[in-house]
This record gives sequence, C-alpha cells and structure tokens, in this order.
Amino acid sequence: MDLPVIWFVIIALLWLGYLFLEGFDFGVGMLLPVLGRDETERRVLINTIGPVWDGNEVWLLVAAGATFAAFPGWYASLFSAAYLPLLFVLLALIGRGVAFEYRGKVDSPRWRRNWDRVIVIGSWVPALGVGLVLSTNVFGLPLDARGDRVGSAFAAFQWPALLGAVAVAGFALVHGAVFLSLKTDGEIRHRARSLALRVAPVALLPLVALLVLVQSREGFTWTLVPLMLALVAVVIALLRLRVGREGQAFAGLGIALALSVVTLFGALFPDVLPSTLDVANSLTVRNAASSPYTLGVMSWVALFGTPAVLVYQGWTYWVFRKRISTAHIPPVHVP
Amino acid sequence: MDVLDIARWQFGVTTVYHFLMVPLTIGLALLVAVMQTAWYRTGKPQYLKMTKFWGKLMLINFAMGVVTGIVQEFQFGMNWSAYSRFVGDVFGAPLAMEGLLAFFVESTFLGLWIFGWERLSKRVHLACIWAFSLATMASAYFILAANSWMQHPVGIEYVNGKPQLNSIWALLTNSTVLAAFPHTIAGCFAVAGTFLVGIAAWHLARKHRTSPSDDPDRKVWFASLRLGSWVGLVAFAAVALTGDLQSKLMFEQQPMKMAAAEALCHTEKPAGFSVFAYGDVQRADCESVKSITVPALLSFLANGDFSSEVKGIEQLVGEYKTRYGANYPVDPRLGELSGKPIDYVPNLPVTYWGFRLMIGFGAIAAMAAALALWLTRRGRVPRSRWFAPVALLSIATPFLANSFGWIFTEMGRQPFVVVPNPTGVDGVWMYTAQAVSAGVTVGEALFSLIALTTVYGVLAVVEVFLLRRFVRAGVEGVMPPDRTPDSDALAFAY
Repeated sequence: MDLPVIWFVIIALLWLGYLFLEGFDFGVGMLLPVLGRDETERRVLINTIGPVWDGNEVWLLVAAGATFAAFPGWYASLFSAAYLPLLFVLLALIGRGVAFEYRGKVDSPRWRRNWDRVIVIGSWVPALGVGLVLSTNVFGLPLDARGDRVGSAFAAFQWPALLGAVAVAGFALVHGAVFLSLKTDGEIRHRARSLALRVAPVALLPLVALLVLVQSREGFTWTLVPLMLALVAVVIALLRLRVGREGQAFAGLGIALALSVVTLFGALFPDVLPSTLDVANSLTVRNAASSPYTLGVMSWVALFGTPAVLVYQGWTYWVFRKRISTAHIPPVHVP
Repeated sequence: MDVLDIARWQFGVTTVYHFLMVPLTIGLALLVAVMQTAWYRTGKPQYLKMTKFWGKLMLINFAMGVVTGIVQEFQFGMNWSAYSRFVGDVFGAPLAMEGLLAFFVESTFLGLWIFGWERLSKRVHLACIWAFSLATMASAYFILAANSWMQHPVGIEYVNGKPQLNSIWALLTNSTVLAAFPHTIAGCFAVAGTFLVGIAAWHLARKHRTSPSDDPDRKVWFASLRLGSWVGLVAFAAVALTGDLQSKLMFEQQPMKMAAAEALCHTEKPAGFSVFAYGDVQRADCESVKSITVPALLSFLANGDFSSEVKGIEQLVGEYKTRYGANYPVDPRLGELSGKPIDYVPNLPVTYWGFRLMIGFGAIAAMAAALALWLTRRGRVPRSRWFAPVALLSIATPFLANSFGWIFTEMGRQPFVVVPNPTGVDGVWMYTAQAVSAGVTVGEALFSLIALTTVYGVLAVVEVFLLRRFVRAGVEGVMPPDRTPDSDALAFAY
C-alpha cells in the first residue's frame, strides 16, 4: 500500500473516532431536557461526559488538521465549499464548550436554563452539520477545475446530504441514550434504556437510508459487506439492550458506526471529494495528496502519537468509569 | 468590501481575541502547577488555596481559549483555501502535530485535573496539571513554527509551482520560531504575572481594611503578589531580550517590516530610532513625518553597530519590485488588483504605532511589577490607597502589548501572506490577495464575520462577568465546603 491510501484510511479512522466519541456526547446534550427532569438529574447527565467531552472534541481538530496536512486540496475545497454548515458547527461548538464550563458557575435557575438551551442547540447543530458535511463529501460538490465551488452558498444543502445530517444526529441520539444507560444509575438509567429502545427504530432509520443511498449511487460490490454487517450490528445491539446488556449494546452500536464509516469512505474511494460538474475536476487520493516526504513525516508522528492518545484517553474513561447517580451530585457551591 | 477584506478582518478579530485567552492560560497553567507542587511538598493550606483560586480563574478562561481555537483551524480552509492549497504540503504538518501531540494531552489531562481531586492520588493529580502546562507550551511551539514558516519559509523545495517540505527539522528549528517562541512565552508569563499582581493587590488592600491581621487568607494574597511580581519582572526582561533578538532577525528576514516599524523612509547611515512621531505617518507621503529620534540607536538595534546602514522604505520598494515583480499577475480571481502595481509598503500608521504601543504597554506593566516587588520588600504590606487600583488597571497592559505585537507582526508582512525568504528557495511567496477562497461569496464571508464577532462579543461580557465574580469572592468562593465522611458526593462536579 502506498502512503496516500494509508492516509485516506487514517483520515477515515479519525472521523470514526470523532463520530464515535463526540457522537454519544452530543447525544447526552440532546437528551438533557428529555432525560433530565430536574436540576440534579441534568447535572448527572452533564457529569457523565464532564471529564471527557473536550478530549472527544479534539478528534475533530485532528481529523481536520490531518486532512490539511495529508490532502491540502481536499481540506481547502471541502472547507470553503461547505462554508455555511461548517460555520454553524463552529458557532454551536463555541457555545457548547463554554456552556459546560460556565453553567454551574452561578447559582441561578435562569442562568442554568439559558446554558442548558445552549447545550441542547450546541449538540444538535454540530451533529447535523458534521453529518451534512461528511455526506456531502461522499456525494460531491460543484467544483471547478481549481477545486473552487461554483454556484450558490447553499450548494451543500442537497437532500441526500440532509439525509446524512439526520442520520448522524439520529445515531448520536441513540448512542447517547445507550451511553447514559451505561454511565448512570437509578431511575435515569432505566429511563435512558427504555428511551433508547423506543426511539432507535426511528432514529436509526436515516442512517440505514443513507447507507443504502450511498451504496446504490457510489458503492462498490465490496462495500455491500460492511453495509450488511452494520445492519446486523445494529440489530444485535438493540437486542442486547433489551436484555439489559448496556455495555454490549454500546459496543455493538460502535461497531455499526465503524462499519458505516467503512461503507461511506469505501464508496468515496479513490476520490476524496468528487466534483458533480465534471469527473475531471474530482479530487482524488492521487491528485490531492501531499508529497511523499510530508506523508512520511506525518506517518511517523501518527505511529507514535496515536497509540499514546488511545492509552491516556482510555485511562481517563477508566478513572471515571463509575456510574453516576443523583446521590453523587454535590450541592452547588459558587460565590 | 470584497471577500479579501472581510476575510482579513475576520482573521484579525478572531486571532487577537483568541490570543487574549491563550497567554493567560499558558502563563497561569505553569503557575498553578508550581503552586500545587508547593502544596504537595509542604502541605501548607495557603498553597492549596492558591491552587484552587488561580486554577478556577484559569479554567474560566481556558474554556474560551479552546472554543475560539477551533475557529482558527477551520478558517484557513474556509476563508483562505487558495492559501491552504498552496502551502498545505508544508503548513498542514505542524498544525496536525499540534492537534495530535499537544491538544489531546491538554484536553485529556485538564479533564483529569478538574475532576480528579480526591479520585486520583495526589501525585498523579499533580502530574496532570504539569502535563497540561507542558502541552499548552508545546501547542504554542507548533503553531508558532507554522506562523514562522509564513514569515520565513525554510525546509522546502519548489516543485510544480508549490513549496514542498523537504526537512521537517528545518521547519521546526527555523531561526524565526527559535526567536518567536521564547518571546511569545515570555509575553504569556508577563500576562499571568501582572494578573496575579493586580488581583492579589486588590485583595490584600481589602483584607487590610476589613479583616484581622491573623486572617490566614492574607498569606494567600501576599504569596500570590510576590510570585506574580517576580514572574512579571523576569518575564518582561525576557520579552525585551528576545524581542531584541527577534528584531535583529527581522532586519535580515523582513527588512520592509522593520523599516515600516520605524517609518524609515530613506536609507540612513547611521539610522536614528524614532521615539515619537508627530507628523502625518501616512504611507503615501512619509516626507511629512517628523519625529523625535535617538541618533544611531536604530543602527545598533538592527545590527549591533552604531554606525551601520539601515535600509529605508524607498530603497526597499525598488529592491522588492526588481526581485518579486512590479505588478500582480493578470488573474480574474485577483479582482481589481489583477495586473495592478503591487504596493509593497505595509500600513505605516499601524506598523509604526503598533510597534510603539507594544513596547510602551509592556514597559508600563514591567514598572507595575517592579513597583509591587518594591512595596512588598521584606514582608511589608503595601499601605497606600492608590496601589491596588493601579495594580488592577495594569492587568490590561500586557494583554494590550501582546495584541499590538501580533497586529504589528502580521500587518507588517503585508502585502505578503507568505513572505519571501531573501536567502531561501526562489519563487516561494504568496500575496495575501491571492490567498483568499475564490468560491466563497461576500454574503457568506460577511455573515461569518458578523456572527463570530457578535458571539465573541457576548462571550467576552460573560467571561469578564464570571472572572469578576470569582475574583471578588476570593478563597471562600473556590474552597469546597467540608464534606461528611460517608457522603457519596463527588469531590467536584459540573
């Protein structure tokens, strides 16, 4: 295998890492008003992701940075062409990050209610936005020969991409609910589990539809394999959840996500960003890649950096592995 | 307004804003680590209180630094896609390394530190804040290496009309970053030192009026004041020293930037250092500038020799035209600049005054730190009424100095976004006008600028409100109430 192909795979993995980790923590944010019936319960929800959400979000930065380094043309064209969705993602992430940190800093119901709104919006919008951008990326954008977008600012908002937006948000919602059933205790845990079981058939439908659409439009024969396996994984995950095996359900959904990412990026390959105007304008693993030297340097960095990241991020989850319930929430102490 | 102007405004607004949070985080992170180490070693309660108090302020500020940082990474692709395409082979690497080697460490270990009180062993918990602190500095190094490459491209060859990296080592040891990194880090500690001095002086003055002399919190504020003033003073000395190194380098690497910093129109031998200009510092007519100068000082600052020659703007414009061309290429994407003469002179009022305000505000902050040190000598407690308000006001000065420093260094390299390296590979430079995204509409760019500026403005109000609240509350606001031993409650929760 050659370096550009390896880097295509690494970028797919970075997106997977992002969708997996921040997916469920978006889900927690979306469910804040649904599962958190009072202030203490809302604090339980927020504290399940308190120590980790920032580390999860770095996966987005690294996915974007690695794309910049390994495929500058891809980074440049995608980010400038999908301008508005990315701007909304940015605005939402700004609000969300600040909201977690500032929400508990003033003891006032109004203050907390406002930040809760920011968390909810700040969790829906980036999930939708990232879903939109990634699926637009698979279906293509109207790019000219230099890789610049031709046409309106809303070129990214085509219906297949909108389906992708709902697909990612729906998955995040279900994964978040399962995560909460795994990380909380008491009544919330049961509510989270039954909610996951109730909404999953509807919320996961867009993802299935997206995969089928991608397969029929852009897919190869082999991408049918991960697609089918993804469906199987979803079904198994939900069956395990029914019998109360929350950990297995969480892992099963993670595997389904991984197989979905394989299907999407598999269907994209060897393009990295197709042009809908002219196949000759499409950015490919070949014509958008950095030089072998740069890819080589980045490979060494990734080879040593990534295992370390996995180890210490994994350790964080281990340190904060205990389930949280309303009994664990200390009283508010602020000036 | 076209996309170019809007994109430049957005870069300016978001970068200056981001760099208000960054230096305070970098500076406070290390100081908090030092405080916690002191607590770990001695077990004295005042060090724990210091750790908690300054740590809390650091966290309130850090949240804003993180979220405004994401914008920085995304806007290269969104607004500056032509730039990203041109330099991506080189410039993307340090950015990706920053994410993988620094941001992950930063975010993960800070999470462990915030929530790890009483859950991790004291030793491991202490290690977390040190890991965080080192990672903030590592991230500064990578991003400054990227910026320094734009100021002085090295480690490359020119292939198919684009720079291609051929030595990551050369990029990471660029003489420009070796000077910029210590200068910037010293600027960060100047901010943190002054921050400690201002807030501690205010609390000390309040304690002096309201609490008995055996109030244990007095120790907290006194120790913070002493620490802050030492850190501030050392940092300012380091800023000056590294600034001198950096400007000598700039006279070689970007002579136009330095001539613009001095509004030096004609080549002079020896050249005087302009202290204050009172004429009209305008680019079109630098004849009308009159200034108070120190004879031959500029020659010394530039070359370490009082009698040497320093090139003026006029001569440099001629040289740049010969070397890099008199006109922009004919390209419809350049809009009205296509085929037009290139203006090689940066915006003189901005560079000239930016440079002076940077030095001036830095000097004021240094004096405040020195004053604080003098007033607290041998355990004395400052008695005068005016010291606390002055110290509180001085908190703003290193922030301003940093901002003007960045405005100067980024505006001073115009019209280039990638400045040609006079001794480097031929052909590697890029005009800012060529760097902007061609497919982005004015509507999108303007919406982005307005939306980000509005959100940043609102969040600035919120952050200052929260900081003020926690500052006023002092130690009581951050020390957790005593818990019953059988309680299940977490030591810390959002």
